[in-house]
Amino acid sequence: MKPPPFEYYNPRSLDEALSHLAEHGYDAKILAGGQSLVPMLNFRLAQPAVLVDLNKIADLAYIQAGNSGGIQVGTMTRHAQVERDPIIAERAPLIHETMPMIATSQIRSRGTFGGSIAHADPSAELVAISVALEGKFRLRSQSGEREVPATDFFLGMFTTQLEPEEILVEASFPSLPPGTGWAIEEIARRPHDFALVGVAVVVTLHSDQRIQNARIVFLSVGDGPVVAEKAAESLRDQAPSPNLLRAAAEIAAAEDIDPSNDIHASADYRRHLAKVLTRQALETAIERAKG
Amino acid sequence: MKKSIGERIKRNEDPRLLTGRALFVDDVQLAGMLHAAFLRSDYAHARIKGIDASAAREHPGVVAVFTAEDMGEDWAPGPSNVAPPPGDVVFHSRTHVPLAKDKVRYVGEPIAVVVAESRYIAEDAVEDIFVDLEMLDVVADLETALDPDAPLVHDDLDSNLAAHLIQDKGDYQAARATADVIVTRKIDIDRGAAAAMENRGVVADWDEKGQQLTVWDTTQAPIPIRNGLAARHGLSQSQVRVIAPFIGGGFGPKILLHYPEEIMIPWISIQLCKPIKWIEDRRENFHATTQERRQVHEAEMLLTREGKILGVSHTFLHDTGAYDPYGLTIPLNTQSHATGGYHVPNYHSEVKVAFTNKMITTPVRGAGRPQGIFLVERLLDIAAKELEMDPVEIRKLNFIPSEAFPYEREIIDQAFSPLIFDSGNYQPVMDKAVETIGYHHFINEEQPRLQAEGKHVGIGITPFVETTGVGPYEGARINIEPSGKINVATGVGTQGQGHFTSFAQIVADQLGVDVGDVNLVTGDSTEFHWGTGTFASRGAVVAANAINASAKIVREKVLKLASKILEAPEEELELEDGYVRVADIPRMSISLGDLAAEANPLRGAVEPGTEPGLEATAYFGPQYGAAAFGVHAMIIEVDPETMMIDIKRYVVAEDCGTILNPLILEGQIHGGVAMGIGNAYFEQLIYDENAQLLNASLADYLVPTACEIPTIEVEHLETRSPLNPLGTKGVGEAGTIPVPSLFAQAIENAFPDHDFEILEMPLSPNKLFEILHKKEVGQ
Repeated sequence: MKPPPFEYYNPRSLDEALSHLAEHGYDAKILAGGQSLVPMLNFRLAQPAVLVDLNKIADLAYIQAGNSGGIQVGTMTRHAQVERDPIIAERAPLIHETMPMIATSQIRSRGTFGGSIAHADPSAELVAISVALEGKFRLRSQSGEREVPATDFFLGMFTTQLEPEEILVEASFPSLPPGTGWAIEEIARRPHDFALVGVAVVVTLHSDQRIQNARIVFLSVGDGPVVAEKAAESLRDQAPSPNLLRAAAEIAAAEDIDPSNDIHASADYRRHLAKVLTRQALETAIERAKG
Repeated sequence: MKKSIGERIKRNEDPRLLTGRALFVDDVQLAGMLHAAFLRSDYAHARIKGIDASAAREHPGVVAVFTAEDMGEDWAPGPSNVAPPPGDVVFHSRTHVPLAKDKVRYVGEPIAVVVAESRYIAEDAVEDIFVDLEMLDVVADLETALDPDAPLVHDDLDSNLAAHLIQDKGDYQAARATADVIVTRKIDIDRGAAAAMENRGVVADWDEKGQQLTVWDTTQAPIPIRNGLAARHGLSQSQVRVIAPFIGGGFGPKILLHYPEEIMIPWISIQLCKPIKWIEDRRENFHATTQERRQVHEAEMLLTREGKILGVSHTFLHDTGAYDPYGLTIPLNTQSHATGGYHVPNYHSEVKVAFTNKMITTPVRGAGRPQGIFLVERLLDIAAKELEMDPVEIRKLNFIPSEAFPYEREIIDQAFSPLIFDSGNYQPVMDKAVETIGYHHFINEEQPRLQAEGKHVGIGITPFVETTGVGPYEGARINIEPSGKINVATGVGTQGQGHFTSFAQIVADQLGVDVGDVNLVTGDSTEFHWGTGTFASRGAVVAANAINASAKIVREKVLKLASKILEAPEEELELEDGYVRVADIPRMSISLGDLAAEANPLRGAVEPGTEPGLEATAYFGPQYGAAAFGVHAMIIEVDPETMMIDIKRYVVAEDCGTILNPLILEGQIHGGVAMGIGNAYFEQLIYDENAQLLNASLADYLVPTACEIPTIEVEHLETRSPLNPLGTKGVGEAGTIPVPSLFAQAIENAFPDHDFEILEMPLSPNKLFEILHKKEVGQ
């Protein structure tokens, strides 16, 4: 379990990193926290000719409050830093609650926020909540910068809109509107394992407490984050009740997702868990939305 | 002086282990050392048509590449690890090979080895080797392995039958005709890994000028490895030194004699006259280290209306994998435990051992015992339900009574000797477990209350026996140094069990010294070259009693010499605090160190027949093994929606005879239970229809971590073994054995209104979902 040979660059600035990517294109891989890439190298599942290490670029790690109540997270910010950050706790409670669910504390001390998103593992919590929170990602290359909504960013398993010469430099999240609640639920064999199924929910209520909008996003049930649109539609403008939430959870499990069998869980069990977790997450989110 | 045996003494070895100052095989660094990487088969069954290693040989940094053909006359299969069974037993011995020659028979079987300046280069060059393979049909499924049209793992045999053995006690068929209740079930148990924290590793250094081979090896059996290497390479045993240094867990698979890498690395060192290192990586560990547990049983229990067991019968298949170097040890252990701790007058068992295209199976902590206990305890639970009896009461009714010991099982054990349980007193251990977990309070009050709240809580309580401490023997040499420190050398080896402390306690008591002044060397064939190894829960029985015997002789020598010097009769002397004293006259004393110096004079004449020093070597071999006993009890809660379980209480009441060190004993039990929980609920090696292992990493093969292990309450009872002076019984595997049965019981008990049975292991939330979903739980 040793990686094949590769060239290694250790740039000190973003511009320098971008020039390496421009030069090597598809042959290069970006090394952020290395918590997914290094095992893939050691298993020889990934055999890039060139590694461009971002760890020496200090100004890619930051958390800052945005102007209109949102937040911005620099790509190299470690999970552990996000987990303990007071701005995140105050302004992005769903992110705050999600962080301890990611792997182990050892991995969180090294793994990065942007690395997890760019890796686009369908089981990654940050992938699902980025979509649930309608986050945006800033992508930079030598030829410029573009902003891509999380809802458009993820194309499939380990696949995103990132071009080979681009680096995801920042994730930003808007503030939650008034009357909004949130929740994340997941089931894993051991707390640090990839979830068998997880679901993130963001619900906004009308002033009369009917549901204005619900975003329900699954992890570990498809090739990427899966948005439960039919379930969300079934909730629109409805007054929340146990039966309504149960029905929505059933729609989500039966119609919005198409999970597969693997060695850890059958598709049937995943659907079952999706139903259970969606109901629980909706209940929690609506309680929180009510304040 | 206060006795040290029985004290909760912290481990002598821990400061070194915890501060990184203990030697493990991968710590060995030698000048000019080269590194090996193995090309392993990606396929479970294929014929080798040709191997082209020319590109690998030209890879920069590569020193050599070897295939089976390159080994010439030195190519030979590994040894059988056990004696052949008695003549009437069908047994086809097909042992593992150093490098595959004609065929590959399992995924991970080594085909070639690259030696290079670094492991990185060696792994790169492995990818340059081209192997021309003709794919063959795969024997992936134990249950069809013996079908007439099954492909053959070994072409020279008529079928995949490796062994066939029948054991009978009493007259099972006659008993069947009289039984009031007959319970028949199919029991299905799958494979798991040992998953030791440290993978395997070998460093070999052939000294051409000194004509000496030194091998550092993560083996549990250093002396047999040395003897085997000497024989294989035509060296005298004194030319080979095998060192098994600190080992990060063995659990059985590290016993196998002469894994391919244990043959190849020393052989290469001799060929190249260079030190060679190979350290198994985690992926290799899944593909190249032995596994255990797969068996399928058709099992039956006969009972009277009152719940008395009349008989047990089971016909079963045992998966030995691609080779069978460990013979019948595992299935014989299963038979030895398939009647548990119960008096069973009639017994019938038929086992067929089958070759499959999977990794070889050899004992893994438990070694066939968990399968036997699962079988008998499951049948008893089902019988108790049918008879509407309390699960505890039906067990008490059937325990071997204490006055029946020594109790002859009337079958043969894993060494083909009559199986005899030396001693035991089972009832009080059961009572202790029942009392500690509050069994009746839970059943009568707590469970109904929690059920009324909609909670699914259940209790399990499983007794088990463990045959331990088998022969043939171990030995030890003890000497007192002029510094007063005591040196103990034994060949048994160690894999983290605390031998440096528990063995030291025995010596401390005999010689009246502090435990910290006893220095143990184990697993270095130059220090002590007799012994078999650390396995089968035998350290505390066989090695400990050898050390005790040796220390006793040293004590006699101490008393004899001190009596002469102090001019006092031996009976008036006492050994305390590192001194020999005349009782009640403290100023008349001599330190053990000074005495040792006196025993090894530099000048002057000695009496004829005198041996120098205060040193002795002694051996111990038990007449037969010691049978330990215990009961585990557990309360769990199952979330009926997610199928996730939460262990609320876990109680172990055990009787392993004399306790050397309760702290170490409890550590052994905690580790054993953790492994048992893995076996019951987390750890399953999942192979597909092509015998490809689908979860060959610690991301997908789920070993329970500290988060999954509950607080374990341990209660001790002591029924000394009459077969050894210390009265000890083994406990190394005890924690693991009953856990699968316990999980099945507790989960069934948590759903009293749902009529389902758990007859397979390991479980998982997904399997619980499948079982319970049919019963419409959680809908």
